[in-house]
Amino acid sequence: MKPLLALAARSAWHRRGTLALVSLSIALATLLLLSLERLRQDVRTSFVQSVSGTDLIVGARASPVQLMLYAVFRIGGATSNLRMDSLRAVASHRAVAWMVPLSLGDSHRGYPVLGTTPEYFERFRYGQAKPLVLAQGQRFAGTLDGLYEAVIGAEVAAGLGYGLGQRIVLSHGGGGLPGAEHADKPFSVVGVLARTGTPVDRTVHVSLQAIEAIHLDWVGGAPMPGLRIAPEQARKFDLEPKQVTAALIGLKSRVAVFAVQRHVNSFEGEPLMAVLPGVALDELWQLVGLGERALLAMSVLVAVVSLAGLVATVLAGLGERRRELAVLRAVGAGPRHVLALLALEGTLVTLLGALLGAAAAALAVVAAAPWVQATLGITLGGGAPTAVQWALWAAVVAAGILASLVPGWRAYRLSLADGLSPRS
Amino acid sequence: MGAATMAEPLPATHCRDPSCAVESLAAAPAGQPRDAAALSTMLELRGLRFSWPGAAAPTLAIDELTLAAGRTVFLHGPSGCGKSTLLGLLAGVLLPSSGQVALLGRSWAGLRASRRDAFRADHVGYIFQQFNLLPYLSVLDNVRLPCRFSRRRAQRATARGEEGGAERLLERVGLPASLWARPAAQLSVGQQQRVAAARALIGAPELVIADEPTSALDADRRDAFMDLLLGECAAAGSTLIFVSHDQRLAARFSQQLSLPAINRAAVAAGAA
Repeated sequence: MKPLLALAARSAWHRRGTLALVSLSIALATLLLLSLERLRQDVRTSFVQSVSGTDLIVGARASPVQLMLYAVFRIGGATSNLRMDSLRAVASHRAVAWMVPLSLGDSHRGYPVLGTTPEYFERFRYGQAKPLVLAQGQRFAGTLDGLYEAVIGAEVAAGLGYGLGQRIVLSHGGGGLPGAEHADKPFSVVGVLARTGTPVDRTVHVSLQAIEAIHLDWVGGAPMPGLRIAPEQARKFDLEPKQVTAALIGLKSRVAVFAVQRHVNSFEGEPLMAVLPGVALDELWQLVGLGERALLAMSVLVAVVSLAGLVATVLAGLGERRRELAVLRAVGAGPRHVLALLALEGTLVTLLGALLGAAAAALAVVAAAPWVQATLGITLGGGAPTAVQWALWAAVVAAGILASLVPGWRAYRLSLADGLSPRS
Repeated sequence: MGAATMAEPLPATHCRDPSCAVESLAAAPAGQPRDAAALSTMLELRGLRFSWPGAAAPTLAIDELTLAAGRTVFLHGPSGCGKSTLLGLLAGVLLPSSGQVALLGRSWAGLRASRRDAFRADHVGYIFQQFNLLPYLSVLDNVRLPCRFSRRRAQRATARGEEGGAERLLERVGLPASLWARPAAQLSVGQQQRVAAARALIGAPELVIADEPTSALDADRRDAFMDLLLGECAAAGSTLIFVSHDQRLAARFSQQLSLPAINRAAVAAGAA
């Protein structure tokens, strides 16, 4: 086979014009398959890493996936809030160790704003139970003096070029609407968190009281006409939150998790729901899985089409190569050599395309990682290929080798029929 | 009719007994000289019948033909009389419907398909009428092509050193060194035929088959080509079977063979 490999390579090089296009289409299919798989894995890892140490997430009754999405990933919004006293009531369960309320809805230049308590910085864990670390400055105080203090995630600081002391204005809702800004009550950045690779990086953290303060003179999502409450004046009001969006709950012992969940779900004051992050994630994967499979099916189809292109191209070239096959027969090549030659040619083209696609996929991950991190909060791992990626890559190559047998077989038949005198 | 049409008598020691051939087949590995008698017989056809699939009548029917080693044979006959088919049978690419074709005492049909290809690579050089070269290989690589498939030819090419090497052969066929690295497709037809001759001769195969190699050449080039082909076959000690329409070339060969004259199928068809 060794002499044939050199021949196949030379022959393929001779036809590099058309074969390069085929190789390119195989490379694109490989790129698609590999980067899709990388994205899928990294999204999952990213989601799984986003919250740990939290036993239950409590919110108004809705779909567990939706609660998980807005409470942890800042995606979408809550259909309704829950009352603070209801939260206090469920948190009084003896198995509950801590409860951190979350208030969402505002934003700063596209980054979500989270109102919470200073305890959040102690309780929140991500990855393998890693705590949040401040890269610069300190937490917001949570007192009236420090009412307009904000702690920003690493991505907010990097993306907007913010440092300590930066004055920022929060927007009502997702932002973008003129006049929907809390311009009268600017915040100052007192802390910048170290990068976590989770949605925390994209979050502006303020105290629950601050959220109350900036909404004092707002009603129904708009500033109340004729009413202006100055920032200093606001401190004189009762700023204890009446409602929040969700809460994280930690238990003294995980054993009690279902008991507490039942306790929350059957709370009589208002319809509440407690979800286990892991269970909600599983539900999410089931949903996402459908889309993933559809995408995978499309990429597989693209791969099949590109391999069909390979077969068609090599087959089309075969007619004019019958002389060549006769020459090979004359110098002692058997039909099996002819088969191997054509199959090797196709294999080389596939291999080149698959390698090119793998390299492109690696480059694409490196190139897209900052953007994905900034806009989606998902860390794309540039590391070694995963087992599934290897398997997909190997499947492309194997399918290419199989496909190459088709023109190989045709050449085999031709060279048997033609012998030394091609009838072309 | 039926006996070989020979310009010279057969060697006296030639074996006529079928069992003799079988014994000699079993006695020695392929390509090894067996005894003096076998050594002097290059090709032997006996009771040969060949029909193309689907054809009613056989294309070839040759009862007996023996060619001695070292001969140069001029094979002629009109178009369509089965010359190319005969060459395919001699080179072991085609197998007879019945009867046998033996090269160096080995029946092609007695070999497995893969052994047939290897045997051909070891012992046969072949020149086509045209389009002899692989366009994607350089001139030198085209000449060395048989060495990729035959270790024996490769060894003989290097063992003979300068004499049998690809460069030496290209020099001898008059192809300037400046062309050796060029892709074969860039050469003129005449140059290509000379490269083809060098390829057929590399590693000094026992049998060189040339299928109208001069038909695409003009008179001057044809004569020059004939000179070098006959000269190189003599130098390598190869038997040459040369097919051509051109009777003017016949005188240069030691033996002439008219295919219609030995092919009983042609006689039958002509009589019908």
